[in-house]
Amino acid sequence: MNRNLVWWMAVGLGGYLLLPWYVADDGFWSFTWLIGGAPVTADYASGLFKGLLHGRPWLLPVGVLLIAPGLVIGRPKADPVFGAALITIGALGLIYIVGQGFTIGISGWEFPGLEQLFGPTELRQEGMGYGALLASAAFLFMFTLGFAARGAIKGDVFVVGSIGLIVALVAAFVFFPVIRILISAVQDNDGSYAFHLFFPKLFDGKIWGVACVTSGLRCGVAWNSLFLAILTGASSTLLGLAFALIATRTDFRAKRLLRVLTLLPIITPPFVIGLAVILLFGRSGLVSQWLWEFFGVPPSRWIFGLPGIWFAQTLAFAPIAFLVLIGVVEGVSPAMEEASQTLRASSWRTFSTISLPLMRPGLANAFLLGFIESLADFGNPLVLGGNYDVLSTEIFFAIVGAQNDQGRAAVLAIVLLAFTLSAFVAQRLWLGRKSYVTVTGKADSGMPVKIPARVKAAVYGTALPWAGLTVVIYIIILFGGFVELLGRNNTFTFRHYIDTFGITQGEFGLVFSGLAWNSFRTTVSIAAISAPLTAIVGLLTAYILVRQRFVGRQAFEFGTMLSFAIPGTVIGVSYILAFNVPPIEITGTGVILVISFVFRNMPVGVRAGIASMSQLDNSLDEASLTLGANSFTTVRKVILPLLRPAILAALVFSFVRAMTAISAVIFLVSANYDMATSFIIGRVENGDFGQAIAYSSVLILVMILAIGLLQLLVGERQIRRRTDVVAPVPTASTGLAA
Amino acid sequence: MRRRQFLAVSGAVAATAAFGGVRPAVAQDSELVLYCSPQIEWCQLMVEEFEKATGIKVAMTRKSSGETFAQIKAEARNPKGDVWWGGTGDPHLQAAEEDLTEEYMSSAFDGLHDWAKRQAATANNRTVGIYAGALGIGYNSELLAQAGLPAPECWADLAKPIYKGEVQIANPNSSGTSYTTLATLVQVFGEDEAFEFLKKMHANVNQYTKSGSAPIKAAARGETTIAIVFQHDMVTQKVAGFPIEIVSPCEGTGFEIGSMSIIKDGPNPEAARRFYDFALDKDIQEMAAGAKAYQVPSNAGASPPPQAPKLEQIKLIDYDFKEFGSSETRRRLLKRWDDEVNSLPR
Repeated sequence: MNRNLVWWMAVGLGGYLLLPWYVADDGFWSFTWLIGGAPVTADYASGLFKGLLHGRPWLLPVGVLLIAPGLVIGRPKADPVFGAALITIGALGLIYIVGQGFTIGISGWEFPGLEQLFGPTELRQEGMGYGALLASAAFLFMFTLGFAARGAIKGDVFVVGSIGLIVALVAAFVFFPVIRILISAVQDNDGSYAFHLFFPKLFDGKIWGVACVTSGLRCGVAWNSLFLAILTGASSTLLGLAFALIATRTDFRAKRLLRVLTLLPIITPPFVIGLAVILLFGRSGLVSQWLWEFFGVPPSRWIFGLPGIWFAQTLAFAPIAFLVLIGVVEGVSPAMEEASQTLRASSWRTFSTISLPLMRPGLANAFLLGFIESLADFGNPLVLGGNYDVLSTEIFFAIVGAQNDQGRAAVLAIVLLAFTLSAFVAQRLWLGRKSYVTVTGKADSGMPVKIPARVKAAVYGTALPWAGLTVVIYIIILFGGFVELLGRNNTFTFRHYIDTFGITQGEFGLVFSGLAWNSFRTTVSIAAISAPLTAIVGLLTAYILVRQRFVGRQAFEFGTMLSFAIPGTVIGVSYILAFNVPPIEITGTGVILVISFVFRNMPVGVRAGIASMSQLDNSLDEASLTLGANSFTTVRKVILPLLRPAILAALVFSFVRAMTAISAVIFLVSANYDMATSFIIGRVENGDFGQAIAYSSVLILVMILAIGLLQLLVGERQIRRRTDVVAPVPTASTGLAA
Repeated sequence: MRRRQFLAVSGAVAATAAFGGVRPAVAQDSELVLYCSPQIEWCQLMVEEFEKATGIKVAMTRKSSGETFAQIKAEARNPKGDVWWGGTGDPHLQAAEEDLTEEYMSSAFDGLHDWAKRQAATANNRTVGIYAGALGIGYNSELLAQAGLPAPECWADLAKPIYKGEVQIANPNSSGTSYTTLATLVQVFGEDEAFEFLKKMHANVNQYTKSGSAPIKAAARGETTIAIVFQHDMVTQKVAGFPIEIVSPCEGTGFEIGSMSIIKDGPNPEAARRFYDFALDKDIQEMAAGAKAYQVPSNAGASPPPQAPKLEQIKLIDYDFKEFGSSETRRRLLKRWDDEVNSLPR
């Protein structure tokens, strides 16, 4: 008897026989069905009883398919019939559940063709609940068990199962909604198909115009976005590298401070950085006024437009590059650098021919992230854009603005997607098939080498002024929460904090009377739930991508990156379109927020995981496997401990993103699940900067605490390597080689 | 190390448990789902007062009118909201045109101002006016004095070369406020002359913002000198302490009608109608100023807040909401603006 098969049959049948098949009116998280008469009464009936008693006979075949594997349960795994039977049953079951879900919806037939064929129907069904979820999972894993039994990926049940799970999740929560919205690219505003409109929309002069090259006119938004993204990608990667080198390869004293400083911008809610930049460099900003008074430089609006967005984005995304690069820079083996120096290469030569090339996966990933982030960024262009239009804001206003043109939004989204896709391909070509393995099982006790003097000078020269600027900006932000009206009335006050986070003594004890408590609670809990899920899904995907070879791996990798490439606004609207109606009906719940965060932020886990994992030698896995561990144990005992920086990066990033994301969230929040950022936007729109800044400061504090906690939880990676830094071995040829 | 990790884990678990409690569901008939488009204080005031008056629990979401319209449209097959309260009138009219909202005639209807009734008539009673606000020119008096410029008094002044680079207005493609301005100018000057004016003013505009009220915030912060927005938005900045002065253009000006609609096939139609009647009540409308809302209320019996621009002192044009709210006119004017104005160099 195959234990895995018995387990999944039990799960599937358990769900089918005992748990409510549909989501009850009171919601996914409501457990009243436990005492409400499940699995028999109409409200909470399981699949079987819905089929038998409550007029949903089309659910009965599901039970038959769930029992069917019993026929082959006695056969050995190696028997080809066993695998073939499981593949067939699993596939049939999945197709059947999905098919019936999409055929009969909340208002009868879902396809007009069916109504013509069978006439109008009284059949109805609601969104899928626990029962449907477990039955679908059971079919999925029967399917993958079948493939494993037939010898896919060396018959590794865990790996095949993981691939199946991730493919299914990505299909349901990335491809399905995205396809939903992309269809509207070929529809007119009334929802009927109009293919002839697609190409005029796609090749519109507003998107692709190049007038700015030859005259004073503006260029198309596509070029604007692309240019900005390249600038931001490059500048944030360089800064990130500078910070990473200071943190790992110098004896700089205030390293910890520097780390906090580089973290600050990522944990800052949107709009706040833009706001602070205006307060400093705007026409009436502090710096501009000061320059006017002392140097006679007339104040101008130079910050509004490309310079301002670029500046704010670099400030915001360099830390992400830093998080990606720090793991990679730490991972570069000192042994190779030592070897290079022993062979009398100068420290510059060592750096440029050994260290830097070994960081290539990290650099490419950091650039890719900065590039994509810049393309999708919404807050900074909105505040600082001036007349420099970019795709992300154009998409937002195509949907919510006066033109209300979903088709145009979809077309712009396609352009954005094309850019991201190209970046992805270019990165693959550049990295090629070289090996970047530097962490092997062999004892490796070298010491990281200091960077050469001129690199050090350059690194300090870029990173430290930048760090200073960050400090100034955060002083402004902190200050803004404690004064009446920043810049105009600088009287000290606690008013903004009392308005947002006040607690008063009421009749029945303490009352959380501040305006912000409700959204604050939701935000913290949603972030705490989605962060670990994101890390698990992301790193599992990275493991599969780096360590396993299978057909369609490239497509799989692209699929997992897709959600990151699509701007939040598009994701938000597509989630409403896709998940507001059965079979998956989750709008207005906390679940939709968690899911959108997990699948939007998963790519960061994947990238960080891939970058770290491509440095780990395969021999480590092989040793573990040879010693009899299965792949699950190998992941748990060998890979995971070595991946701690990547785990931390994924956890921190997804937690922080869940607290600071805005563009997708704005469509998905509901009355019971309001999020901090949508509250802050309302304050900023209203000109209530004090409250917006006060709330942001509290969020920043919470995130700092959370990151500290995560760091404690995850711990540091223990590579047998000394951490202290030594000066490069002086060699006779230093002067000559330089 | 072990112990620290354990502490950290239990801390995290405790925090999640404390914040992530399961919310109990509320029974259907005693609930109302409200989509609210004005500023949050006003929304919260309405929620509190309605809960106090009826005992019906209100679940409220605040989003701008464009966002709310996009959401209602996306949810059309399975509506989740009951009432859409507030926000500029055009998207409400559009929602009525697209059959997203429901016809309703309130008992309070007869006591409303004519403009509010006309708004309802345009949409076959699928929406109704709840407040009105006139367009105007706002300027930062400190910056104006610094530059030694005269205060503008008319629309025509804004085309004068002395204001080069000092004027800010939203892009009518993305902002309803700015589209109302465009339509107003067309009605004041006639279409061809209006576009001549806009072309001249183009040289003075330093930025076409995305959001309608952004220009006055920029003026408040001293990032631009002159802003074209709704006057009640100017009042909000002025009351907040910024040096903003308000001008009603001498040629006459247009206005918006903030509206309210019942969403078609919403979950709680009975509660929706109660809220609708409630929101048109005189006493309720008079409370708006307490929430920093300075629009003119639609109930003829309600007295406007003292800080509000006095509509009777403003030269209002007879704004044709039907003509300029129609998709066809809108598309034509926006295209012309794009082709003739926005494509010019500065």
